Amino acid sequence: MNKDQKKLYAIAALFDEPDKIIKAAREISNRGYKNFDVNSPYPLHGMNKAMGLKPSPLGYFALAFGLTGTLLAFTLIYYTMVLDYPMIIGGKPFFAFPAFVPVMFEVTVLLASIGTVASLIVYFMKFPNLSHPIHDTDYIRAVSVDKYGAYIKADDPLFNEENVENFFKSLGASKIEKIFWNEEVVNYRYNLFDKKFIAIAILTVMLVSLTTYFVLNKLLYMEPFDWMSKQEKLTVQNGDNFFKDKFAVRIPPEGTVARSSFFQPFKNKLSDAEKFLVNPLPFNSSNLALGKKKYDIFCSPCHGYRAEGDSRLRGQFPNPPSLHTENARNYSDGRFYYIISEGQNIMPGYAYKLNEEERWAIVLYIRALQRSFNAKESDVK
Amino acid sequence: MSEHTNNIGYEKKLLPKKHLIASLLLLALGAIGIVLSFYFDKTRALFNSIVYFMIFVGIGVCSLFIAALEYLVGAVWSVVFRRIAEILSFVFLLGLIFAVPVLLNLHDVYHWTHIEDVMKDEILKNKMPYLNEPFFIIRTIIYYAVWIIFLVLLVGNSFKQDKFGDHKLSKYNAVISAIFMPFFALSITFSAIDWTMSLEPHWFSTIYGIYYFAGSFVAALALLTFMAVTLNEAGYLPKGIDENHYYNLGALLFGFINFWAYIAFSQFLLIWYANIPEETFWYMMRWNGDWKYASLAMPLINFLVPYAALVSQPSKSNPKRLKFITLWIIFSRVFDIWWLTMPTYSKETLPIGWVEISFALFSFSAIATSFILVANRVNLIPVNDPKIEASINFKL
Repeated sequence: MNKDQKKLYAIAALFDEPDKIIKAAREISNRGYKNFDVNSPYPLHGMNKAMGLKPSPLGYFALAFGLTGTLLAFTLIYYTMVLDYPMIIGGKPFFAFPAFVPVMFEVTVLLASIGTVASLIVYFMKFPNLSHPIHDTDYIRAVSVDKYGAYIKADDPLFNEENVENFFKSLGASKIEKIFWNEEVVNYRYNLFDKKFIAIAILTVMLVSLTTYFVLNKLLYMEPFDWMSKQEKLTVQNGDNFFKDKFAVRIPPEGTVARSSFFQPFKNKLSDAEKFLVNPLPFNSSNLALGKKKYDIFCSPCHGYRAEGDSRLRGQFPNPPSLHTENARNYSDGRFYYIISEGQNIMPGYAYKLNEEERWAIVLYIRALQRSFNAKESDVK
Repeated sequence: MSEHTNNIGYEKKLLPKKHLIASLLLLALGAIGIVLSFYFDKTRALFNSIVYFMIFVGIGVCSLFIAALEYLVGAVWSVVFRRIAEILSFVFLLGLIFAVPVLLNLHDVYHWTHIEDVMKDEILKNKMPYLNEPFFIIRTIIYYAVWIIFLVLLVGNSFKQDKFGDHKLSKYNAVISAIFMPFFALSITFSAIDWTMSLEPHWFSTIYGIYYFAGSFVAALALLTFMAVTLNEAGYLPKGIDENHYYNLGALLFGFINFWAYIAFSQFLLIWYANIPEETFWYMMRWNGDWKYASLAMPLINFLVPYAALVSQPSKSNPKRLKFITLWIIFSRVFDIWWLTMPTYSKETLPIGWVEISFALFSFSAIATSFILVANRVNLIPVNDPKIEASINFKL
């Protein structure tokens, strides 16, 4: 493309000193030019005034977005906490305004800052247009390094090539440059939904997330506090040098059974358990006390403190059975023990919460309860 | 030295005599009201004394803090206003006027002075080593000693520099300011705890000191801004002080209004959330009867109005707006300290009457009088400060 196809966009002038550019800006604006701009490598104090600029409307965007944030946060919390799913938290009323305030504040700040940057990019920078006529000119190269520049656009009502050039010369410009542009090329707005663009965007997102995941979880992973998890003890699934065979968990000697796994052979074999299991605990006060304690914790919520099945859950649940029925009284100790360990119908097994001794103690206590409800006359003596 | 004075174009002018006479008349009027109030309702007068003691200390000590802060951080823009802050820092000496009657009548105001009640109360008994009359008086004397020492050192050096133009004094003052900072933080915190928090000796809030500091700093800054704008408009300051300087004062005010609101809300939110009776009763006192309306007005008067007035960029440098809002803020500070103090005196109704008006009249005319008396003896800007020229030519 040669220069003839392009139109004149502006006439630009370079200045060597900051004082000159401020004076030039003041003069340009005093002459009545409207469409002009000034470029400098760093912000210059007093330039806004010299150019006769009005205060930026960006603040109104910030205000609008901020108030939207306040309202949005309030509506969200009000809807969720008061209308849709009211919950009592810390004895506060549902509409607990002080608790809303920090969230409202945060969302206000968030929306105001994001909204301000977004409106700056979309509204003022005209995204997705990425070009500007002064890009790729000697002028912009100079003013991004060590020169101060001003240009007057050709579409200014007072614009006249000769006048402007003479005017710049009279202001003490060190160099004057004509900037041409091809309107179509510069004003081209990229299509945001271009296939290639979308594909690259997705690829970038994936790449960034994978890298982040890898770096944070694999490369840099360090346990923050290890004094609880790393102890001088033998742990399951880890080898250890203490024993010759390097097993941390020992295999029981042949022909023996660990005390805690007597029940193992009776799993899923109710009839065997009923027949062969015998309560090993003697009927004494300490075992009864243990049984009562554990019964009150684990059994009474359903069966009731006196095993009548009259707990608070009655009526809200399949009714828990009484343990004083004829049927239940005829159960063997082994059967009770089996039910406590493995559960029955809707009742879960308690083998993981109660050890063998505690389970047998509960059986003892149930027997005591049954006896007390069906006391013979001879018991009273 | 005279060259410097010529360079910055400052000419010393005395403040108009009629203002002095007017403020002295108002002072006398207020004083009559105060004497009568002590005669008719001593307790109420004592509580009012505490309010204005806190106002005087807040404005005075925080003005000294502003001057010290400027030395410490080497700020340039504020050098022209430093002398006004220094003159205002004498205000804390006025606090002695109210400190003396309160110290002589501690029994009428502070519950923890009632030994027989304290001995029956386990909590107060354990607070005895701190909350007892001799130690209370000693502490007040210590605070004043600290403040007076630094007032003499900092402001004295600054006045000396005016006369003799020794630039080394600025360096000394920077060092003195650094030493002043921890003393300032501790003294302002403990004076707030002693004088107002101990009105309810069972109550405690660890954020109370900073709450008082935040409010007082806003008050001092507002008074400084008001004086600076008024004096500049009347032509007492050199030419060249304009929107660029005002903007910084306005922005600082805006920032610290937010800071105060942040602190005040934090205190309230934590106590409201935890909902422990030994903490909440202090807020319940301020929710009792008519106090409810005063409490609801607190965020409006102290935060929302000044926030809305100063939020836009041009309003921070608009002299008219600044003069209005600084007066509003000074009123709001009195309202705040009154709200902190008075519920202990009057449980149900808001104590606003001729007693309060005469105390306000007296206190603010006392500030005006002291300002005029001190200001007439010194220059209104530090003419020989090494940074004064840069400060006058300051542009945003």
